[in-house]
Amino acid sequence: MNFLQPSTWAEALAMKAAHPEALPIAGGTDVLVEINLDHNRPDTVMDLTRVADLAEWATEDGLVRVGAGVTYTRIIDELGDRMPGLAMASRTVGSPQIRNRGTVGGNLGTASPAGDAHPPLLASDALVELASASGTRRVPVRDFFTGPKRNAARKDELIAAFLIEPATGPQTFSKVGTRNAMVIAVCSFALALDAGRRRVRTGIGSAGPTPLPAPEAEQFIEGELDWDGRQPPSDAAVARFGELAAAAAKPIDDVRGTAAYRRHALSVMARRSLGWAWQDYRVGWA
Amino acid sequence: MKVACTVNGAAREADGVWEGESLLYVLRERFGLYGSKNACEQGECGSCSVFLDGVLVCACLVLGGQANGRTIVTVEGLTDASGLHPVQQAFVEAGAVQCGFCTPGLVVATHDLLQRVRKPTEAQIREALAGNICRCTGYAKIIDAVNLAAGRT
Repeated sequence: MNFLQPSTWAEALAMKAAHPEALPIAGGTDVLVEINLDHNRPDTVMDLTRVADLAEWATEDGLVRVGAGVTYTRIIDELGDRMPGLAMASRTVGSPQIRNRGTVGGNLGTASPAGDAHPPLLASDALVELASASGTRRVPVRDFFTGPKRNAARKDELIAAFLIEPATGPQTFSKVGTRNAMVIAVCSFALALDAGRRRVRTGIGSAGPTPLPAPEAEQFIEGELDWDGRQPPSDAAVARFGELAAAAAKPIDDVRGTAAYRRHALSVMARRSLGWAWQDYRVGWA
Repeated sequence: MKVACTVNGAAREADGVWEGESLLYVLRERFGLYGSKNACEQGECGSCSVFLDGVLVCACLVLGGQANGRTIVTVEGLTDASGLHPVQQAFVEAGAVQCGFCTPGLVVATHDLLQRVRKPTEAQIREALAGNICRCTGYAKIIDAVNLAAGRT
């Protein structure tokens, strides 16, 4: 196995161009599991923990640009006010040990349908910044996931960062699992209300080949909500929102749950999420 | 490859480390530090918890090469030879040890918690230790031990 350890971002991009097969590793919470259990024996790994730029975040043109190497612990501690949905999801990741090492960049790289960061990134219309020696591009996260554990990055590209607009309304994240910690989601659901634009955005995890938005549910409920008077939506509208969210999923039966259970749980989570978020909007959102 | 790092205050070096080797393997098999336990090898059990540059991590999820030049403290390094660390003493007194396999990881994770939160609530204790699995006990005595240690530090 070859071990590459760039110390700068420019060096990392040059190495990736020269070794497109290199598997990037940051916190190691996915990659080491594969190596330790001999599920995957990469020819070349590239350690990105020495690239200081990747561990930084900054505000840029009204967006928060978060380096791919920022850990879940730091997202919770430093960015919870700007991205409450992602912070909520981050708190459900693994354990303190995992959150101290794991990164959203790594979650995006693995692109598991069960990645906890993905639903809130979808609900926030995040952008993923991909870079190579020949340039940088930003891909909407809705276009980023191309299949189970597949993403839009080319072989010569590395994930540099994700960009997210600071919350413009209440955000929620919920996740079904057998316990609070150390759980791979049976299914999960993120919701973001955009009060200024009067939009609702969603993200579904662990209930399809990729993380998925529920656009029909979004469009339906946007038209139902009383954005000015802030009265609660009708029970029928909330129920319909849950049905449409569940209908957007493409679940399968697997070891963690059945497709039918996942659809049912998603409809419940979607209904409850809307209730929580709308209550926050009614009482607290300027 | 060569891995050189500071472990429990001493400079350590290992030659011939396989590039896919975990820090846990380096600690146990190359440096002879058997306090960090090897169980799940996938970050699920917390038995290999150590401090890497002061941050609580699972040593099984760190590549040896990633630890190069870094500072590591294992359960052996929490105290000098003169006696037990207050967290270790509390685990003894509370009877929080049964087979003992998970204990080093729990001691390190508790140490981390009490550095951050001097008097944690039960919910904070449970969350902080959620990544450390004990298969003997029901965790009640472990939580007693954390409270006992918190009262003394």
